Amino acid sequence: MPEIALVEAINLALARAMTEDASVLVLGEDVGRDGGVFRATDGLLTRFGPERVLDTPLAEAAIAGISVGLAAQRFRPVAEIQFMGFAYSTIDQMLNQAARLRTRTRGRLSCPMVLRMPAGGGVHAPEHHSESGEACFTNIPGLRVVYPSSPRRAYGLLLAAIRDPDPVVFLEPTRLYRAAREDVADDGVALPLDRCFTLREGSDITLIGWGAIVRDMLAAADRLAAEGKQAEVIDVATLVPLDSASILASVARTGRCVICHEAPLTAGFGAEIAAQLAGPGLLSLLAPVERVTGWDTVMPLPRLEMQYIPGVERILAAARRSLQHG
Amino acid sequence: MTTETAAQFSITFTRYIDADGHPTGALPEFAARAADLIPLYRAMVLTRAFDAKAVALQRTGRLGTFASSLGQEAVGIGAASAMAPGDVLLPSFREQSAQLWRGVTPLELLLYWGGDERGSDFAGPREDFPISVPVAAHAPHAAGVALAFALRKEKRASLCILGDGATSKGDFYEAINMAGPWRLPMVMLVNNNQWAISVPRSAQTAAATLAQKAIAAGIPGEQVDGNDVVAVRDAVARALARAREGGGATLVEAITYRLSDHTTADDARRYRDDAAVTASWHGEPIARLRAYLVAQGAWSREDEEHALADAATAVDEATESYLATPPQPLAAIFDHLFAELPPSIRAQRAQALGQEAPDA
Ligand SMILES: Cc1ncc(C[n+]2csc(CCOP(=O)(O)OP(=O)(O)O)c2C)c(N)n1
Ligand SMILES: [Mg+2]
Repeated sequence: MPEIALVEAINLALARAMTEDASVLVLGEDVGRDGGVFRATDGLLTRFGPERVLDTPLAEAAIAGISVGLAAQRFRPVAEIQFMGFAYSTIDQMLNQAARLRTRTRGRLSCPMVLRMPAGGGVHAPEHHSESGEACFTNIPGLRVVYPSSPRRAYGLLLAAIRDPDPVVFLEPTRLYRAAREDVADDGVALPLDRCFTLREGSDITLIGWGAIVRDMLAAADRLAAEGKQAEVIDVATLVPLDSASILASVARTGRCVICHEAPLTAGFGAEIAAQLAGPGLLSLLAPVERVTGWDTVMPLPRLEMQYIPGVERILAAARRSLQHG
Repeated sequence: MTTETAAQFSITFTRYIDADGHPTGALPEFAARAADLIPLYRAMVLTRAFDAKAVALQRTGRLGTFASSLGQEAVGIGAASAMAPGDVLLPSFREQSAQLWRGVTPLELLLYWGGDERGSDFAGPREDFPISVPVAAHAPHAAGVALAFALRKEKRASLCILGDGATSKGDFYEAINMAGPWRLPMVMLVNNNQWAISVPRSAQTAAATLAQKAIAAGIPGEQVDGNDVVAVRDAVARALARAREGGGATLVEAITYRLSDHTTADDARRYRDDAAVTASWHGEPIARLRAYLVAQGAWSREDEEHALADAATAVDEATESYLATPPQPLAAIFDHLFAELPPSIRAQRAQALGQEAPDA
């Protein structure tokens, strides 16, 4: 099994899905000849031809809307938005159309589409190229939101997203596109779309997060281990629907948790998890729920972005505070 | 059944100086004396020097991703030189030429592309918009700025510059459409450089011209040779004058060619032939105007050396200041979020600066 980067795992899953199902199409800006600006669709045009790999005109709202039409006609469009900062004009189509076509027609029509995009900062990209807008999608009933943080999970979850009968927003951590590498078997095996991934077991505290920050959570867990504290690390990866049971079960064991995400604090998806912990999870808590997030500011340009993106030190400080409590 | 022609349209293409620098006829008044074109020439030379430096800085890890305007300098210089100081420019990410003409400094541009928001706090054109990275998002802003001028009965106009790819976006159509019935004092300048990253103009739309998109919006549209700074300036000046006088909006399509990669993050060899690029160097705007000026006896080898040296000096000085400018403190990301910082943001700011226990 070769070691490949996260973006290559995406490519592998796309090729696999296109090979096994002729209804899978790839569309988006520069996905064909150029292979996508991050090369996620590299080689697909040559392999599958221009009827299945479509370079679109520059129009995000239409990319999403055309996917709705294709999906209603039993294709499985996998649309790429070049950067999350340009996905906001798809929200009308995703919220008012894709997410509710099944409900509106009481199941007569459905919308098995995937909207993929790189998300998050940390690669010194230009303005509007580093946003973490997952919470804009997690508040849309009828949409699944998936955000893998390793090549294997990217491969298995993208296959699942494409095979799923409903619309999926699939977020890919830009910072890990090349940085995250591991062996990936191209075995066509999908991962479940509604299960958290426990990456490391521990009994003292639970670290919960998604996207690129998961790597920092793992690094923080190493540091805590050196201090004699065992952290459980959970990659939520499938934000909606949320696997609350796994999260509550972990915190029931550890009594402490730090929720980590790159997106802003207020109304971030971490607030949903914190609310669950304050409800059904309340009696297992030994310390206040900690949240380590981006600030409630505009995503700064590269010179200050690494001070915006929370890293290992902030996760550690929150974990230590939690561990000292009570 | 009866069928008759309900409406008919045509689109003109204008050029004053051809690819070899020969005049195609009499030049417009602002260009009557060749010497009057020297400031435009020098501004294009400055832009090219700036672009080359910015690309070099990016290649050596000292600047972020950058979009060169190589070969397209006449679009921005022609347009900006037609503007009055009181007009408002709304540029896309490839119009540093227009911004430089308007008084944005090379240092400010380097700060912006180096990842520092102070680069959008122009000391010069205070009402000009910051660079729009989201394609076409600034088109409706231009209509809004124009509406403000119209409501206040000011003789001013807005000028929006965007790319051929941008004309596929709803924002673009919606903006020119609104400008129609409201007769907004707006000029929409399409920099048609034939490419939107890897997507050629022919794949962007089946329309024969981009200028004809104006017709559906009920405003005039025309094409000009975008490598002929005289043609660009003339068309934009006419459109701006009409706009300021209450005549409404115009779409100008300037036809040029992107001689560079899309940005420093792009490798254009993946999707286009070098031969087409090489061929497109013929008629590029700087060589073209130089040939004209030389033929008119208005430009010498010595003038050329001076222009190049002056541009290099300006760019080098800006680079030095840029590299010597430390990043802002973290507080800066909070301080401009609202006119007055609400208590919750003030608390977060203190937390971020380590003045209080972080995170909760
Ligand atoms: C809304 C939006 N979608 C995608 C992008 C990514 N992107 C940046 S430039 C570009 C192509 C723009 O082409 P064009 O409008 O012709 O301008 P040019 O780059 O040629 O100057 C794309 C797709 C973006 N910046 N904004
Ligand atoms: Mg273009």
